[in-house]
Amino acid sequence: MDYILSLLVFFPAVAAVLGFIVDRDNIKVYAITVAAIEFVISLILWMAYDPTNPGFQFTEYLPLVPAYGINYYLGVDGISLFLVVLSTFITLIGFISLTVEDNLKNMLISLLFLEMTMVGVFVALDAVLFYIFWELSLVPMLYIIGYWGSELRIYAAIKFFLYTFFGSLIMLVGMLFLAYLYYMATGTISFSIPDWHRLVLPFDYQVWLFLAFFLGMAIKVPMFPFHTWLPYAHGQAPTIGSVILAAVLLKMGTYGFVRFSLPIFPDASIALITPIAFLAIIMVIYTAMVAYAQEDMKQVIAYSSISHMGVIILGTFAMNVEGIAGSIFLMISHGIVSGALFMLVGNIYDRRHTKLLSEFGGLAKVMPKYATIFGIMVMASVGLPLTIGFVGEFLSLMGFYKISPSMTFLGGMSIILGAVYMLRLYKTTFFGPLTNEKNRNLPDLDGKELTSLIALTAVVIWLGINPNPVLKPINNSVESMLELMEKKAVTKEARELLHANTVKLEAK
Amino acid sequence: MEPIRVSLESLNLVTLYPMLIAVAGGLTILIVDLIKENLHKSLYVMLSILFLLLDLGALIGIQINTRGFFDVVLVDGIAFLSQAIIVVASMLFIPLALTSKRFHEFSLPEFFALFLFMVAGFQFMVASDNLIMIFVGLETASLSLYTLIALHNRMKSFEAAIKYFTMGALAAGFYAFGAALLYGLSGSVEIYKIAEVLTDRGFEPIWVVLTAVAFMIAALGFKLSMVPFHTWTPDVYEGASAALAGYMSVVPKMAGFVVAMRLFEFLIHSDLVWVRDILYLGVVVTMTFANIVALVQEDVKRMLAYSSISHAGFVMAAIMIGTTQANVGLFLYWILFLFTNLGAFTMLWISRHKSKIWHDRFDHPYEKFSGLVQIMPMAATIMAIFMLSLAGVPPFSLFWGKLYIMGAALNAGYIVLAIIMALNSAISAYYYLKLIVYMFMRDPVNVDGQTIYFKNASLSLRTIIGISAAFTILATAWISPLIEIITHYVRASGF
Repeated sequence: MDYILSLLVFFPAVAAVLGFIVDRDNIKVYAITVAAIEFVISLILWMAYDPTNPGFQFTEYLPLVPAYGINYYLGVDGISLFLVVLSTFITLIGFISLTVEDNLKNMLISLLFLEMTMVGVFVALDAVLFYIFWELSLVPMLYIIGYWGSELRIYAAIKFFLYTFFGSLIMLVGMLFLAYLYYMATGTISFSIPDWHRLVLPFDYQVWLFLAFFLGMAIKVPMFPFHTWLPYAHGQAPTIGSVILAAVLLKMGTYGFVRFSLPIFPDASIALITPIAFLAIIMVIYTAMVAYAQEDMKQVIAYSSISHMGVIILGTFAMNVEGIAGSIFLMISHGIVSGALFMLVGNIYDRRHTKLLSEFGGLAKVMPKYATIFGIMVMASVGLPLTIGFVGEFLSLMGFYKISPSMTFLGGMSIILGAVYMLRLYKTTFFGPLTNEKNRNLPDLDGKELTSLIALTAVVIWLGINPNPVLKPINNSVESMLELMEKKAVTKEARELLHANTVKLEAK
Repeated sequence: MEPIRVSLESLNLVTLYPMLIAVAGGLTILIVDLIKENLHKSLYVMLSILFLLLDLGALIGIQINTRGFFDVVLVDGIAFLSQAIIVVASMLFIPLALTSKRFHEFSLPEFFALFLFMVAGFQFMVASDNLIMIFVGLETASLSLYTLIALHNRMKSFEAAIKYFTMGALAAGFYAFGAALLYGLSGSVEIYKIAEVLTDRGFEPIWVVLTAVAFMIAALGFKLSMVPFHTWTPDVYEGASAALAGYMSVVPKMAGFVVAMRLFEFLIHSDLVWVRDILYLGVVVTMTFANIVALVQEDVKRMLAYSSISHAGFVMAAIMIGTTQANVGLFLYWILFLFTNLGAFTMLWISRHKSKIWHDRFDHPYEKFSGLVQIMPMAATIMAIFMLSLAGVPPFSLFWGKLYIMGAALNAGYIVLAIIMALNSAISAYYYLKLIVYMFMRDPVNVDGQTIYFKNASLSLRTIIGISAAFTILATAWISPLIEIITHYVRASGF
């Protein structure tokens, strides 16, 4: 068990290298098997994880560049555990539902490399290691969008790469400066994130460093006004690209906020709550309105992704257990729901080669199973109680209510506006008379599609009814993070805000 | 009149052995050719490698921080390091002559003799702090290099050689003026004495010091292709063979950096703020301008030329920062750059075709690499890795170099510079990606690709690519020992 995280990170990479040798016709079976094994390993990790221990577990440590404080340092806590499981799960489901035929081998090998980087980002406890996986995840995605995408694919792929690359380089400067500050404070240089968590920084340094990290993370999330690359990337990417992009890659940004920004710069985070919440609310409302205006199904879901990411940001910056734990839960639920929605759009695109809303109508009659699953996912996306979407959204907003009720009200528009554009999408696609003759003989979901979608639906309902197995470990780790933040807060406002939260914690 | 007596021991000829071996190697090759004509190039290549190996062996035998030959030659830590880099780089580049296609210049033994003379020249240049000795080394190396370019025997190569020669002559003139002024100011041609005298006198008269430094910056700027002295670079790279262009992008600049380090070190650490300011400006303009121009290039080789200007600017920043960490970063960066650029240029070299089938001017337009992944997936992947490394995508080698130099900049308080470096890396990603986009996302233009592409490949070229790819991909494993070795030597010479 000691090396389970290394195994989890490098198993897909090794499998990808060996995949070059596997015969072209059998590559899909190979990839699904690999992804299934990887998923089982991640489940074993979950089983073996001790939910009562809020700290990092299964840590591995190996000096990489000792002179410069860079180490191979892995570990997992409640915050990252479920993102790891989500990554392996979505990869497996994505592989099962894959319908690409052109150059499939290259795609699957890139996806396996991508899986390595996704797991790596979430388990890395060394900033440089984190940065390596973070940047490396761009390369397979660049290839997937750029080769298998639709007409504007190259433009979309390059835009995606350059935007994120630019942001992360600024973040890298921030990381290097933070390591230097650590050196000034302790006399040894270190890039280890737990070491950085213990570092108390003066307020003005915190603000500048927060902004450097913010740029890297915010472009990845993507926060308004850095979101313009996302609709292009989603619009042009093949189904599997969109699924992984929405389900996992965007979560890297919000995960970064929780892992770096909050515990390392608590005062700056608290001082900047209002402007960030402002951006998040713009994200929620503006992109929801844009989503309503879209003619293309995939774009509706792409913009809805941005809108939901806004709620995640609000929850993260609520600075209390409900908000942060809720936002992490929302990352997972949004990963599953948006992944499923992109997959569903992919299904209809495979049949009709169009995603335009005007082409559809009355599909519920010809494709009842498809309509049912789509309906469940729409409900989950809107945040209906007893679905996975409700828990996270509710907790995030409840957490932020303590910061500002009025802003929470605006953030809560996410649910109302979400219902508006999602139900419109559902109505025009599935209800009404079947007007387009081409749709009359569409086949319903086949076994392969059903397998992947039913698995997702099961998770949506299971975690919607009983979120505790996931929420408990998250809560534990978030509580200990908040205590840490309170201990190291330097400004008065930050201390008061965090204190108010922790006192309540102890009373419980 | 007293006869001049010089004991052999006091000459400490050990310090000269490495260069003497290289020169002897060149002479041997010429003599072999006199005795028996029309020998195959593989013999010359192997002889060159052997002599370079002996050269390296002699170098390792030298005690660090010894002077010799009337105290003109100085083998300190950075001289040792840079000589080692120069010799190893030469050993890696010379097998590129073993192409499967016949190229005129490699059948001439003079090519290899000149190559070894050039290596000796560069070694003299770095292993001295005497302005005259540096000048002699510089000119020996440069004159050999001009000839090597011209030997490629094409109109473009002659143009390149003449352009390089004219520009080089101008630079040599600048250097001579600068050195003369420094001599006039201090009465010495030894850099350390110049530093002593100038510091004692508080850098008065300031205008003469300024002029001398300006001449020196211009002279070294030409050699290091700093903007605005870079204009020759892309044309010369275009005209030279890819193998030689790759060599030019690495080795002469290594020598130039060492001279710049020796010359500017005391100026940077003095109170003369403007020296630092000029260098700061030069560094930023070099990085940014070269990056922006690289964006619009249509030929991969010209793109790589501008990219290497930009990389040189990046590394020049380390000299401007002037801390030990920055100087370590300089050597680290350049070793990593050596392997990546070696790989990239070798990839161009093996895809070289004798007739221009893709473009009426360029040998390596982007279109040539369209859809390469479908024809040769392995080659395309390796080339993509070299490009990603140049762009600074982790964990490939140059990322570590960038990390180290940016870290050094931050530690020395140059936060804005570090951000400019980061932005430039982001800009440069675009033109490296452009090649990746052509290779991976477009369809091949030529159906008969298999036979057209790697005509020029041979076992030795593939080996070189393998070595550089391994070094680039597994860089994470080498970084730590490499940093320790470099730090040891840089510290030993007090930089």
